[in-house]
Amino acid sequence: MPKLTIDGIEVEVANGSTVLQACEAAGIEVPRFCYHDRLSIAGNCRMCLVEIEKTPPKPISSCTYPAAEGMIVHTDTPMVRNGRRGVMEFLLINHPLDCPICDQGGECDLQDQAMGYGMDHSRYEENKRAVKDKNLGPLVKTVMTRCIHCTRCIRFIAEVAGVPDLGATSRGEHMEVGTYVEKALGSELSGNIIDLCPVGALTSKPYAFTARPWELSKVDSIDVFDAVGTNIRIDSRGPEVLRILPRINEDVNEEWLADKGRFALDGLKRRRLDKPWVKEGGKLVAATWAQAFAAIAGKLKALAGDRIGAIAGDLCDAESMTALRDLMVALGSANLDCRQDGARLDGSRRDFYSFNTSIAGIEEADAVLIIGANPRKEAPVLNARIRKTWVNAPIPIGVIGAETDLTYDVTHLGGSPAVLSALHDGSHPFAAVLRNAKKPMIIVGQAALARPDGSAILAAAWRLAAEIGALAADWHGFNVLHTAAARVGAMDLAFLPGAKGKNLDAMMGGGVDVLWLLGADEFDTSRIGANTFVIYQGHHGDAGARRADVILPGAAYTEKHGAYVNTEGRVQHGFRAIDPPGDAREDWRIIRAFSDQIGHKLPYDTIEAVRARMEQINPVFSRVGFLPRFGCTDLSGPAGDPAAISDAPIQPAVANYYQTDPISRSSVTMAACTEAASPTLVAAE
Amino acid sequence: MAFLDRTARSMLLMELVSGLGLTLRYFFKPKVTINYPYEKGPISPRFKGEHALRRYPNGEERCIACKLCEAVCPAQAITIEAEPRDDGSRRTTRYDIDMTKCIYCGLCEEACPVDAIVEGPNFEFATETREELLYDKDKLLANGDRWEPELARRLELDAPYR
Repeated sequence: MPKLTIDGIEVEVANGSTVLQACEAAGIEVPRFCYHDRLSIAGNCRMCLVEIEKTPPKPISSCTYPAAEGMIVHTDTPMVRNGRRGVMEFLLINHPLDCPICDQGGECDLQDQAMGYGMDHSRYEENKRAVKDKNLGPLVKTVMTRCIHCTRCIRFIAEVAGVPDLGATSRGEHMEVGTYVEKALGSELSGNIIDLCPVGALTSKPYAFTARPWELSKVDSIDVFDAVGTNIRIDSRGPEVLRILPRINEDVNEEWLADKGRFALDGLKRRRLDKPWVKEGGKLVAATWAQAFAAIAGKLKALAGDRIGAIAGDLCDAESMTALRDLMVALGSANLDCRQDGARLDGSRRDFYSFNTSIAGIEEADAVLIIGANPRKEAPVLNARIRKTWVNAPIPIGVIGAETDLTYDVTHLGGSPAVLSALHDGSHPFAAVLRNAKKPMIIVGQAALARPDGSAILAAAWRLAAEIGALAADWHGFNVLHTAAARVGAMDLAFLPGAKGKNLDAMMGGGVDVLWLLGADEFDTSRIGANTFVIYQGHHGDAGARRADVILPGAAYTEKHGAYVNTEGRVQHGFRAIDPPGDAREDWRIIRAFSDQIGHKLPYDTIEAVRARMEQINPVFSRVGFLPRFGCTDLSGPAGDPAAISDAPIQPAVANYYQTDPISRSSVTMAACTEAASPTLVAAE
Repeated sequence: MAFLDRTARSMLLMELVSGLGLTLRYFFKPKVTINYPYEKGPISPRFKGEHALRRYPNGEERCIACKLCEAVCPAQAITIEAEPRDDGSRRTTRYDIDMTKCIYCGLCEEACPVDAIVEGPNFEFATETREELLYDKDKLLANGDRWEPELARRLELDAPYR
């Protein structure tokens, strides 16, 4: 642990730290463009110059210089300032003066640092360099003349995203960053290079020219497009959400955000349900709230509780599910289900359905077995964490399921879950790898569980986890990777068939007479019985609304306060950024208002009261944001007979990453991404 | 003695005569008032009057939607919305100035990097309704077209001091 003195402040830093990191530890800001603490060190912008005593008398780039014992560093001497000014002047030689039309203007590192180290005029009178713009697909807009060659984008795509699509050609002034042959970036994390770019060379294409950072109001929220629970910041102006950026949360998303969460926001403005609709004579007619409630109340009046059912969708907040569950219980119905894909999840214990190792815990794992999951498509940010672990030390990773490129080397054990029994009896060579590992992890995906033998696979995976030592007092290596943001919350609230309750399959084909869909669009709605009265409560006119007899317009995740539980079981609160459109209302309020209408008034009027009720149902909802690490002492497994596994290969849970839910299916940007990602599909049409 | 003097002055109407003398002196001096609607006083090239959006000589609008004027406006009278035009260039789709909010400080003109928004010499734009004072982009561009020779001349005159 070397001890340094920086501008008179003594700091002690970890071994292997650089001088720049030591400066940060001392609380001294060092300007930089190429250095980023989550990427490898490049040392090519030369902005972070400092002076170190007892070294050759020249400015030294602090990001590449290892901190050593007894070093005396000065960050604000005339030599340092002159050096930085010189670097800035060189950077500005070829940087165009187009800040007024640049989208980075107002949040640009070069602009900010030029205020500190730039000159008020230029001594350069020759022609400036001009570079042709590259086409990186529908998400990232390039203005390559602005590029200052920091190579952050290249390093991010190669190191974190694991898709070496970007690179630099030529040297010196002729250096150009781009894809070598024109192609769209093939990563689900490509939007992050927009945040990383210190200048305006890479900006967001859908957001181009729409707003300036100082016009936007910023609200913290949680991403709902996958189950990672990425922390996001919603930037809105007036009635519309203009962009979504990641927030730093070291335990969940570090500082990355997947492309769907970042760019699907234009779907929030299309195909919205903004007023109640009631079906009259086979046709949906616009109605008032009172008419819609009256239509439902009239239908419910003469019905027994067991003829009513409710299904919760993938984007629901926990509050609305709590309200709907309480309403159903009040109506005497136990027909509840949240597993639209039919996943055989076992709700009897929390660690049977959550990602127990935790996302940050992945970094401690020394062997991973992925069963029927494609984390790259289902949870790109989580996949980046697996890749980070693999890059730091190449751990063995086995995959059961479809063969795909996960951005790290894997051992493909087979397409069918039957290989689990070979791992169980030790006849498969990968079994020894798992047994020898100290902290092995098993990740079970929804593709493996949403099959008739899903509970058998779940039980077999648990049995294997117990055998290989993945279940210990200080290490819980059994993980279920979810694809739906609402799923774990729904499981925690026991939004599942109660005693003698019907599950989703039983509710289909006339199993219930009234079916309440809370944003449920991801199952085959044609299976609903022809005489079933369907209430669709949600924000988009998608599959559920097409089948509905009454539509209650709800709020999307940007328009309501909501609690979401991510795949780890971490409860996080998102805040309301804008108002719901038209007559739409926050979902739990709709259910609360309706309950009053039919004489089963729910006992809460404020969101705090709903949250108190959630804590009553499951105490985990009182622990917001924080998730303790835990081990496993009770080795008894989930229900299911491991012997009942069939040989059928596992089909991927997510066919098209860019369109998985009503919002992203309504998004023009996501449609363009789909087209760019699968040109063969489009050519075939 | 003083009493005699005062009485003589008042009897001879001296105050009246001196007052009439002053009137008579001004009667023959040159006039300082002007016959306003038919005559106008000179104004400085920096006069801050009605706003206008200028164009380049080839007819292309100058405004590039950088929104600096919107940001600097102390009265928050300017509202801008922008998006890429068909040719990919950055243009406004909406440029509104609420002339009833405007305090005619001229900061928008100073902030503009392309001399697009300017305050011209026109101060005679009183209207009968309030709504007519909510200027939109078309109105501002039309102002620019109408006043361009004068606006260009004013900028040229003021250039040495910028």
